[in-house]
Amino acid sequence: MNTTAPISETTSKRFEIWVANRTNLYVGLGGLAILVVLILFPFFGGTPWTRRLVDFFALLALAQFWNLMLGYAGLISVGQQGFIGIGSYTLWLFADMLGIHPFISVIFAAIGGAIIALPAAALVFKLKGGYLAIGTWVIAEIMRLIVANIKRTGGGSGVTIQAASKLGTSVRVPGSYWWALAAAVIAIACTYFLLRSRTGLGLKAMRDNDLAAESMGVNIWRSKLYTYVIAGAGCAMVGAIVAIHLLRVQPAAAFSVNWTAYLIFISVIGGVGTIEGPIIGTLIYFVLRETTAKYGEWYFIILGLLAIVVTVWSPAGIYGYVIRKTGFYLFPLQRKVRWLAGNGKRAVVTAGEGGAS
Amino acid sequence: MDWINAAVQGILLGGLYALFAVGLSLVFGTMRLVNLAHGDLTVLPAYVALMLVNAMRFNPFYSIPITMVILFIVGYLLQRGLLNFVVGRGDIAGVIVTFGISIVLQNALLLGFTANSQGLDAGRVENLSIKINERLAVGWLPLIIFLMAIVVITALQLYMNWTKMGRAFRAVSDDQEAARLMGVNTKHVWAVALGVSLLIVTIGGVMMGIRTTFDPLLGSQRLIFAFEAVIIGGMGSAWGTLLGGVILGVAQTLGAQAFGSAWSILVGHVVFVIILAFRPQGFLAKTVTA
Amino acid sequence: MSLLEIENASVFYEDFQALYDISLKVEEGEIFACIGANGAGKSTMLKTIAGVLVPRRGRILFDGQPIDHMPTHQRVELGISSVPEGRRVFPSLTVHENLLMGAYRNRKGPWTVDAIYELFPLLKPLRRRQAAGLSGGEQQALAIGRALMANPRLILMDEVSLGLAPVVIKRIYEAFPTLIKNGCTILVVEQDVQHVLTVADHVACFLEGRISLMGKPGDFTPEQITAAYFGV
Repeated sequence: MNTTAPISETTSKRFEIWVANRTNLYVGLGGLAILVVLILFPFFGGTPWTRRLVDFFALLALAQFWNLMLGYAGLISVGQQGFIGIGSYTLWLFADMLGIHPFISVIFAAIGGAIIALPAAALVFKLKGGYLAIGTWVIAEIMRLIVANIKRTGGGSGVTIQAASKLGTSVRVPGSYWWALAAAVIAIACTYFLLRSRTGLGLKAMRDNDLAAESMGVNIWRSKLYTYVIAGAGCAMVGAIVAIHLLRVQPAAAFSVNWTAYLIFISVIGGVGTIEGPIIGTLIYFVLRETTAKYGEWYFIILGLLAIVVTVWSPAGIYGYVIRKTGFYLFPLQRKVRWLAGNGKRAVVTAGEGGAS
Repeated sequence: MDWINAAVQGILLGGLYALFAVGLSLVFGTMRLVNLAHGDLTVLPAYVALMLVNAMRFNPFYSIPITMVILFIVGYLLQRGLLNFVVGRGDIAGVIVTFGISIVLQNALLLGFTANSQGLDAGRVENLSIKINERLAVGWLPLIIFLMAIVVITALQLYMNWTKMGRAFRAVSDDQEAARLMGVNTKHVWAVALGVSLLIVTIGGVMMGIRTTFDPLLGSQRLIFAFEAVIIGGMGSAWGTLLGGVILGVAQTLGAQAFGSAWSILVGHVVFVIILAFRPQGFLAKTVTA
Repeated sequence: MSLLEIENASVFYEDFQALYDISLKVEEGEIFACIGANGAGKSTMLKTIAGVLVPRRGRILFDGQPIDHMPTHQRVELGISSVPEGRRVFPSLTVHENLLMGAYRNRKGPWTVDAIYELFPLLKPLRRRQAAGLSGGEQQALAIGRALMANPRLILMDEVSLGLAPVVIKRIYEAFPTLIKNGCTILVVEQDVQHVLTVADHVACFLEGRISLMGKPGDFTPEQITAAYFGV
């Protein structure tokens, strides 16, 4: 990973561009330790908690992919449920119809999501902004209606994933847990590396201003396409994991717009455009779910109102608020320019732009 | 003859979609806001009318003007109290906030009225139709809805072209800041625009409540139909939304005729996608640039 | 009492300070010219008077009344009207409709659509045309006419000569005495000093967000003005 931008080479040591600091190194090591504990969790955590964490990581991964599209490509999708549903049904196709092991079929589901994302992108990218958002919803509806109308896929009543239920709880729960954890790690890694690469810079510029990015020579269309395809593959992958986890797939649930509602609310409340935001958002969402989900509609009303309030009055979300107060990033995505003064003293002059918009 | 019948029903259905689409288009035109709560806001008036009918015990047709006034006020206050804060802040904030309103509204209706279907009983007129021959009949209600769409679009055109507020809508749409420099209170104009948008969808929303049943979950589908009508017709054109609505409606009814009713909506979406692929600007797009 | 008084106004774009402690007075019935290079802060000052920008420090008094926290549309009601930079006519509206938009606040006064057509006869045959199709000079005449329709006490003109042929600029400046006669005060911002100094009663030169010279144009030599303009 190249932490110094080419510009510092040409101007011979007048300034350096730093990405991380020492604290981030410790955080990184701590994160690694946490990851090891999480990997080992099914061996000591017990089935109920492992199941809960499958939900947690599945949602975190979805939110992270949604956040990747919005935060770094300015793409607002309200149609990710289409890819989740396609992933679930692709898993059923490969596992039950073609007899491939369900845990391997997850990979095919991701590929399926990416393949469908390509023509979908060609269509919805003809639209802009808010209309593009509804366009993604139409694509999701088309996928749902096709699946619900085909008799082989069980129509509206859906299908049971036989291959997954044959695995038995002792294999299925830890297996789907590790896949969900992997999906979350992949989502975070994608977001992190995409943004740190040159394309990432371009995407950030685009989020702020399409024209400015274009004049910087960034191919917006291609950048948008990359994130849309990555998110399509990622959401399909999570859809496949959810199918193994729940054993049953129904069009109304798998293609439900409620998925997108969760993703939007989680990302927005936590903080759009950062990696940490969706993590915080998912935690908050789980606390809310455990405490108010039994009140059904109220739970959605509270989530919706929270998202509205945050967007209008604190658009950087809860994590953005934390950054503003402390100036600390867990995953440093911004670049700091340190001017090297004549006497060798280093002073951080510009903090770069924050990850939150 | 079945095909002609299907096409006629589709054309009439298009009038309903146009009534929904005009409101979406008006809001986008004046403030560049894509209102994702628009579908749920077409469902709301049916429930307002239901409450009025339950309280006053009159024919649901009488509830329409009262509901229009109520929805105008709802729209005005929603814009002044909330949406004005996101207008001009880019697409992202607008989509998130209106999507949030959509979810809140839908669940509030579920809370208040359950997911059960409701209907507005207008008596005999619901089933009356004009019989043209043995296999072709035009229902009075669908015909009234279609004619209302034509009346509404004509009235809206006159309002936009010949009133001071209509002129302000167009001026604000062209250049917000310049409009403010001429003394226009854009916050008020936007609020009136959302109010007028909801006043228009009230007609379609209540008439549909009389014609069939309704439930709180209808909103997202109506948003999508309205959106498809706008894009097919061409953004910014009121008559375009009628054309778009008719194309969508005919695609759905002919699709049902050809493949069965389960495929009707899907055929509509597919026709939309084909038009989006080959004519993304729609059929009657207005092209005025600075 | 002056018609417009600005007292120690400082204006920022986010963290960037565009104006530093600006103070000036514009008297009723005069032509006040603000000159300066690109980016000197002249347009920022006009936007602050019109209410597009709000000063972080300082006050703006119109007819003795503080207006710095009043929204733009209310300032129009008081009689402050603008010819914005780049003309900003409403492209999809006709010439006639553009003029009617100028009268949005219904202020009483001498200016009517007919009076504007009399002032700028070139607009009359164009009145049913969409403003988008007009030439630069026609659009500028329309923008001035539109601002006059508000029957303003103070008209703010931002770079009215920019991009126009000399003959058109001359015609626009020839209209100024008619405006003054009808009770208008003119605050005009220009980069091109030639024309404006021949008509202005007072001039203020802006340099990097500050006023580098202020007074009657006749009191200064061309060298002094050049020095104040370029800061040399």
